[in-house]
Amino acid sequence: MDIQTKVGDGGWSKGKIALAVVGAILLVFLPVVLQGFVAMSFLVRILAVVGIYVMLALGLNIVVGYAGLLDLGYIAFYAMGAYSAAVVGNLFVKAVSHIGAVGLREFLTSSTFIFMLPVAALIAALTGISLGTPVLRLRGDYLAIVTLGFGELIRILATNNFLGLTNGAMGMSINVPNPVGLVAMQKPVINIPAVGFSFQFSVNLYWYYVVVLLICFTIFIVRRLDNSRLGRSWVAMREDEVAAASVGVNIRTAKLWAFALGALWGGLAGVVFANFQGFITPDSFSFLESVFVVSMVVLGGMGSIPGVIIGAALIGGLPAIIQGVAQSPMLASVFHIDAPTASAIANYRYLLFGLLMVVMMAWRPQGILPSKRRARELHPEDEKTLEEEDQSLWAVEHGIDGSGHDL
Amino acid sequence: MQAQLATIVQQLINGITLGSMYALVALGYTLVYGILLMINFAHSEMFMVGAYVGLFTLTGLTNPHLVGGLAAFFKGSGFGLVILFALVFVVAMIAVGCLGMLVERFAYRPLRNAPRLAPLISAIGVSIFLQNAVLLWVNTMALPFPQVFPVKEITIYGSAQVSTLQIFILVTVIILLTALDTFVARTRMGKAMRATSQDREAAGLMGIDINRVITFTFFIGPALGAVAGIFNGMYYGVVLWNMGFIPGIKSFTAAVLGGIGNLRGAILGGFLLGIVESLASGFLSTGYKDVVAFIVLILVLIFRPGGLLGESVVEKV
Repeated sequence: MDIQTKVGDGGWSKGKIALAVVGAILLVFLPVVLQGFVAMSFLVRILAVVGIYVMLALGLNIVVGYAGLLDLGYIAFYAMGAYSAAVVGNLFVKAVSHIGAVGLREFLTSSTFIFMLPVAALIAALTGISLGTPVLRLRGDYLAIVTLGFGELIRILATNNFLGLTNGAMGMSINVPNPVGLVAMQKPVINIPAVGFSFQFSVNLYWYYVVVLLICFTIFIVRRLDNSRLGRSWVAMREDEVAAASVGVNIRTAKLWAFALGALWGGLAGVVFANFQGFITPDSFSFLESVFVVSMVVLGGMGSIPGVIIGAALIGGLPAIIQGVAQSPMLASVFHIDAPTASAIANYRYLLFGLLMVVMMAWRPQGILPSKRRARELHPEDEKTLEEEDQSLWAVEHGIDGSGHDL
Repeated sequence: MQAQLATIVQQLINGITLGSMYALVALGYTLVYGILLMINFAHSEMFMVGAYVGLFTLTGLTNPHLVGGLAAFFKGSGFGLVILFALVFVVAMIAVGCLGMLVERFAYRPLRNAPRLAPLISAIGVSIFLQNAVLLWVNTMALPFPQVFPVKEITIYGSAQVSTLQIFILVTVIILLTALDTFVARTRMGKAMRATSQDREAAGLMGIDINRVITFTFFIGPALGAVAGIFNGMYYGVVLWNMGFIPGIKSFTAAVLGGIGNLRGAILGGFLLGIVESLASGFLSTGYKDVVAFIVLILVLIFRPGGLLGESVVEKV
């Protein structure tokens, strides 16, 4: 493979474009439709929550999927983002309240969360680096446990009202009234009484769109990263640290970047979460949440963006949807679920979820939609892989016969 | 001054009791890690299930409607109590040991040659499954653990006291630890376990049935964890479906602290961690005692990644 070979996928087929267009339309208009029908408006909130999980999973995917560092305390960065948004945001609102000009003051107050995004991202990234620096030498399971300890540490510090910042187990609220533009957007009301459709823009819908925009931005950056020099050094490091170091990959820098960038997205998701909920408690950042995010990445397919999104949607969305359906009498009648069955399903969701993780690992450890490269790493003994080992990686990934290819 | 000294003595006693439970659970982690190089994340659930099995056996055996006159015998004399507790421990150890073997068979064995992340995720799945199974099928509430024998406090120094329960726990744990140490050092199976942990493939070539060794390891580890679970229930007076998580992580910390894969290291780490934690909760604040455990873990891994008694492993290319 010569150096000029294009690393990314070669253009989009027609089918792929059609799929993307349909997806984009659904992404924009489906929540509007859902919001319009009273019985289904709870799904908008779930969609926004799923969106936050997607961001988290995409961020963790950088650390676990690309760099191959198992982080079991990822939720710590999410907590850092949420708490710094709350603490710094409340300070910001207080500072801004001294501004005399009413228009400017209101604009600044309502757009607090936009200013908080870079601040919290930076704080989270710095946290990532400060965790990453001491654990650079650790690998594999040890790293997993240290990150787990770190995640618990952050939660316990928040519970104990560290430095008087977090208000302890009681939690703290975010005193930002209406995010920018919401009031204007809430003015028009669309009514179609014939089908029982009545639409008014809602807070949930607002945060849903914010999350979708942020996810698009994340995907854009992550795709760039994957194909960058840094991304390739992550792959090399993940497959063999010693070999990668010996061919000139700076392991130290690569690891720190992975921690910092992963943490950054955790922090961004945290800001959105804090503003969306309006209230945060340490309970939202338990170890179980970290496990869920790891499972999203693993179940969906490590290193694969569509896979990770599917994983996040399944794990983050399914339990909430099951619960929501169970609580919504209209939907329950549509799906022929009576209340006891519905609540039984809702209760059994984590049980099934644990079982699913075990079955999935035995049956398809590479995840639902794996990245091609990762799938091969996870099935090293496959005959097909062994056969293909003589070919260049590029040829394997693009399914062409590269045996005569000149390296 | 004397009051402070008494506090130190009291916290040392509490720490040793706590540490003996950590040591029992840490052994389970270290045994499995030594042989399979995997973190058996579901081990904390063995601890929890053990507490439940112990509780039900205990209430069953002391219920006159179920066992008739035997209940009076068990509760009546010192000899009866000894038999009762021996029965409770044996039943819990066998039940949880079998559960451990089952988990190994269905969740870990299919992944024996998979990358190291796969069994860890599978173990987390088992852990979530077991917690929710207990939550759904047993009880969502904390169950009280009955006090079977009267606990006496013995004053030893100033205001520092040691309870008969603490002595009971410590003595039992020391007996179990000595038994395990002797077992691994002296018996044929112990030898096979040591060989397997040194080099699984070579041990297989020497005629050791690797699957049997692994199954056996997954019996002993959870069985010891079950004993710790019962003690935890007795000591704190309740059992709950999520009681395993925090002690599980701390015991893992203890195993790492002593040098994972090293049996005596796990015991040392367990006692050390228990003592450090108790001193911290006595002198700092109870809220921060978990922080201390995790800071100890992080510091050990940074400055002595192999643990206190472990050898530093050189990464092979």
